[in-house]
Amino acid sequence: MDFNADHFALFGLPRVFRIDAAALDARYRELQAEVHPDRFAHAADAERRLSLQWATKANEAYQALKKPLPRARYLLHVLGHDVGAENNTAMPAEFLMEQMEWREGVAEARAAGDHHELEHLHHRLRERMNASYEELAALLDDAQDFDAASDRVRRLMFLEKLLSEIDEAIAEIEEQ
Amino acid sequence: MALLQIAEPGESAAPHQHKLAVGIDLGTTNSLVATVRSGLTVVLNDELGRPLLPSVVHYAADGSTEVGYEPQSRQAQDPKNTIVSVKRFMGRGRNDIAHVESLPYDFIDAPGMVKLRTVAGVKSPVEVSAEILKTLRARAEAALGGDLVGAVITVPAYFDDAQRQATKDAAKLAGLNVLRLLNEPTAAAIAYGLDNASEGLYAVYDLGGGTFDISILRLSKGVFEVLAAGGDSALGGDDFDHRIFCWVSEQAQLRPLSSGDSRLLLTRAREAKEYLTSHSEAPITARLSTGEMVDLTLTTAIFNEITQTLVAKTIQPIKKALRDAGLSVNEVKGVVMVGGATRMPQIQRAVGEFFKQEPLTNLDPDKVVALGAATQANLLAGNRAAGDDWLLLDVIPLSLGLETMGGLVEKVIPRNSTIPAARAQEFTTFRDGQTAMAIHVVQGERELVSDCRSLASFELRGIPPMVAGAARIRVTFQVDADGLLSVAAREQTSGVEASVTVKPSYGLSDDEIAGMLKDSLDHAKDDAFRRALKEAQVEAQRLIEAVQAAIHGDGELLAADERSRVDGAIARLQAAALGENRRQITLAMDDLEAETKDFAARRMDKSIRKAFAGRTVDELERTAGGSKA
Repeated sequence: MDFNADHFALFGLPRVFRIDAAALDARYRELQAEVHPDRFAHAADAERRLSLQWATKANEAYQALKKPLPRARYLLHVLGHDVGAENNTAMPAEFLMEQMEWREGVAEARAAGDHHELEHLHHRLRERMNASYEELAALLDDAQDFDAASDRVRRLMFLEKLLSEIDEAIAEIEEQ
Repeated sequence: MALLQIAEPGESAAPHQHKLAVGIDLGTTNSLVATVRSGLTVVLNDELGRPLLPSVVHYAADGSTEVGYEPQSRQAQDPKNTIVSVKRFMGRGRNDIAHVESLPYDFIDAPGMVKLRTVAGVKSPVEVSAEILKTLRARAEAALGGDLVGAVITVPAYFDDAQRQATKDAAKLAGLNVLRLLNEPTAAAIAYGLDNASEGLYAVYDLGGGTFDISILRLSKGVFEVLAAGGDSALGGDDFDHRIFCWVSEQAQLRPLSSGDSRLLLTRAREAKEYLTSHSEAPITARLSTGEMVDLTLTTAIFNEITQTLVAKTIQPIKKALRDAGLSVNEVKGVVMVGGATRMPQIQRAVGEFFKQEPLTNLDPDKVVALGAATQANLLAGNRAAGDDWLLLDVIPLSLGLETMGGLVEKVIPRNSTIPAARAQEFTTFRDGQTAMAIHVVQGERELVSDCRSLASFELRGIPPMVAGAARIRVTFQVDADGLLSVAAREQTSGVEASVTVKPSYGLSDDEIAGMLKDSLDHAKDDAFRRALKEAQVEAQRLIEAVQAAIHGDGELLAADERSRVDGAIARLQAAALGENRRQITLAMDDLEAETKDFAARRMDKSIRKAFAGRTVDELERTAGGSKA
């Protein structure tokens, strides 16, 4: 096994977005069972160093593939289509308008300490994102339209950020 | 010399090759040592049959030390030189310590970590902890009849890097080979999970003498996976004692107390707390040095009232940990109670109410951590029997980050990342011609550097002068399986590098440890030279055994000429280890390490291929097909 192999190859999974989550979990554990530093605690220094590197890589690869957004970004990256989120923030006006409406809704509910409304927003946004992930899966695995997929990923990054802000607001209220 | 038959990892070792390894629970109030003996995990008792060792160290004017029950019973006589709950000071500055004004010690606010001025000189918390560990080490070696190969030392899951490093330093100072720093709730989960063959989602609620941890784990066929950890590394049973102490002072309208009287009343407070576990009221009586008499009755109702905020303080981190794990209370199958403080009825009630189920208390909450640590130590030392194998996936409790412009923190590795973990982040210069960059490493969840714990600062120098924004400085964080961080920085265009094991700003340098080791050896009137030689010989033996085990398992990975070079290096090291020249042993060890470097890489390769064995051709083809897409 090449240390520089991509994350899909590391777990023996096909390079697709709709991965077999159970297979990913199982292979991650099989790999860690072989390379984890706990297996090398009594070994010589050189083996301990290698074990640290491999176990670190296995964790990194697992994290990259486990959740849909990082997985989509990574898949696009290995296919040579970098999402370029850092320098490509241009979004269509209607998307930005919609974002502003969402944000206003969250800000109001937060200020009012309205736990119920925040839960409702969380639920609505989650549904919207699920639909968006379905479309992303079709773009990546069926149509192989990577430009459209990159655009969808950039939008989902906005939505994931919004979702974590809603969750933070809920946490704040719960902790009071 | 003929090769010894050494069992490969995963195979069972014959009884006479059993390696002596222990698990140590280095607690705030009490410490324990446990081991696996003839297949059974047992706590090793002292010569009077007592399993606990009170974590109390007394320093006498002649430099001698006493640890355990003796100094504990006499603590009110010499409070300044009797160090209790030293764990609260590990990796901590003076400002971090709660109720510091009511403690009887003479603190010196050294950078990063406090020190204590005693009659036997200035002592760091690391040295005090090392005394406790030395006592446990001696107990284990006497009970097991030999030198220890290594030890697993437990730490609160919520310990930050500074506290972990201090603990590891203490173990080294006590002459222990640290196989792993293991999180206390995880150790408890191992003991509990293996004992009950549990599967599913579990919470471990661990309230010790001075620390609180909550861990959420998924237990499934041989895998212990920590999903989230939370807690408060300055909250424990001690705080409940302190509340009682304050209540007593208020009720009895006591004048400011001498440190001896404070100690006495704290002891009475602890006794009352323990008494209330099985009674509805506890008498508190004491005669102070001023002649004043204290005679009060503490009822359960009052005790609950004065400690309810402490109980509530443990519930918040549980909510946060569940949220981090993306779970709801209903999904938790069982709640394991750990730590002596969980015996308090109000704690059991609050936890039961929160999780809507009876907490599990079938393992002794004082011993479960040490037992789990011993089981893990046995595994790590390579004593496991075939099929008797499990995998532990733990996390870091607090995010690690760097200071950026304006005193803000940029998180590099988020909390609850599975360890070992690494991540690199790129930064650039912000001034034209800038040739150096300060790197400030912090730990914590807050946005401002000033609200997080500073772990280390270092400078990357010698960056070639460029326009602002042109340099590319890659900072890499690596967290190892002990949860300890090292940081490296490299300017990408020029290759200028700097790195730091996150240690110097608060911990001890290796030289300092060596110095302390020498001091302690001088005190013990031991022969420092003989001791160092002995340690080198043990190290050499450990390396030889590791290499021989590797050859036994994977000898075919060595070409004939390589094999004979390795055998030669082993023979030279064996010969050196029989002699009395420490330097020669070290050189022979380096030589053997060098001869086996490639072999180690091939072995790792083989392990990884093994993880892929059993895949169907179909699966591999699909992978290959996918890569063409």
